Amino acid sequence: MEFLQAQLPRYLDGAWITIQLTLGGAILAFVLAMLFGIMGTARFWILRAITTVYVEVFRGIAALVVMFWFVFAIPDMSGYELDPMFAAILALGLNVGAYGAEVVRAALNAVPRAQVEATIALNLSWFQRMRLVVLPQAWAQMLPTFGNLIIELMKATAVVYLVGILDLTAVAREVRTGTGETIAAFGIAFVLYYLIAQVLIFGMRLLERRANARLGRTPPSGGGLMNLLRPPSVGTRVGVAK
Amino acid sequence: MENGSLPMFWDFEFTFEVMPSLLGGLWVTVQLTLIGYLIALTLGLLIAIVRRVPILGSVVHFVMEFIRTTPLIIQVVFVFFLLPASLAIPLLGDVPITAFTVGVVVLGIHYAAYTAEVYRSGIEGVAKGQWEAARALSLPTSRTWGAIVLPQAIRKVIPALGNYLISMFKDTPLLFAIGVAELLTRAQRIGSESFRMMEAITLVGVLFLLVSIPSAIVIRRLEKRYVAV
Repeated sequence: MEFLQAQLPRYLDGAWITIQLTLGGAILAFVLAMLFGIMGTARFWILRAITTVYVEVFRGIAALVVMFWFVFAIPDMSGYELDPMFAAILALGLNVGAYGAEVVRAALNAVPRAQVEATIALNLSWFQRMRLVVLPQAWAQMLPTFGNLIIELMKATAVVYLVGILDLTAVAREVRTGTGETIAAFGIAFVLYYLIAQVLIFGMRLLERRANARLGRTPPSGGGLMNLLRPPSVGTRVGVAK
Repeated sequence: MENGSLPMFWDFEFTFEVMPSLLGGLWVTVQLTLIGYLIALTLGLLIAIVRRVPILGSVVHFVMEFIRTTPLIIQVVFVFFLLPASLAIPLLGDVPITAFTVGVVVLGIHYAAYTAEVYRSGIEGVAKGQWEAARALSLPTSRTWGAIVLPQAIRKVIPALGNYLISMFKDTPLLFAIGVAELLTRAQRIGSESFRMMEAITLVGVLFLLVSIPSAIVIRRLEKRYVAV
């Protein structure tokens, strides 16, 4: 208990960095996923080709390698150094964005063809079609996989201690070095990671419910708030980002 | 910059010089992936079966959930720090607890938490009538699982399991954290000794792509072949 009292502020600082990285990475990943996902359904082959290259390159290389490249290789080449926090968010966002782009592309393609034809018949512009008809339906389909991806992203942030960022993992290591209490030092970090993941899972479920409700779909077994607390199950889908 | 009129972004001579060491690292990476994958496949299957046992199943489920929602890298570092100080050394007998062993085992266990879910979905997908038929024929439990349920369940989840092979391959650079001499660790060492990080790290990326893109294509083929059935 004393250990916990003495060290908790440091852990919370570390957890805050982890949360910042997760949110920063998630925002970047989301923008990239939407951009490249929509490009992946474009009619011009060159746009689709750009998407394929982006997706295959950043899915194929671990975020850690990309991060090392930004932090060590770029200064080596150009003489300019990137802020590690910025480099980390960039690497994580590019990596998860590549997985996300595939999700967006698949969800857009899964919207029934007749829906698109109807918008053409109604003479809606491309933006109207996307905003009013296609995206709301694709959105509900994307969210469960996005939920898995944000957990993977949160877990992937732990590598940043290797480029000198003081995240939760870095704090656990430091406390262990300082106190010699391996189990306690790491145990607190594990619990905090677990809690952050549960909050993210809960948040994503809320979003999912809202998206489905807007489409006039209700959850299968009633809609009470308790339903959101059913045992979580993440990462069972294919496509894991790291 | 020093030799040649063009700025020296890339030194080809150096590239060839470090290639053997990096390819050695790639071989370690492949070994880690394959052994870890074997652990994940067998342990995952065991977990999927144990999860059907009432109380024990819930406990195992919680542990797996915990493993899945916490980062692999901190798990690896934790176990690496923990092991030499605890009772685990005599238990392992002659097997030396090297970074490689810790890395491969933790990687395998972490991914077992994922493959267990995949197996579970496969087992749940087996029609109820199959269980009932096995019962009606009064097959022993071992035969019910071994000859009826698992062959049908596993066939359906082969592509999903294959995806985790690729994921594991891409996760091996994390073992840099405990100094396993895999690709990234070697590249970083080469880079910091020679002050040429550009070549070393870029080559790691290229080598990863050279393996992961073809294997992604193979998995896509598998998907077509098995899921269509």
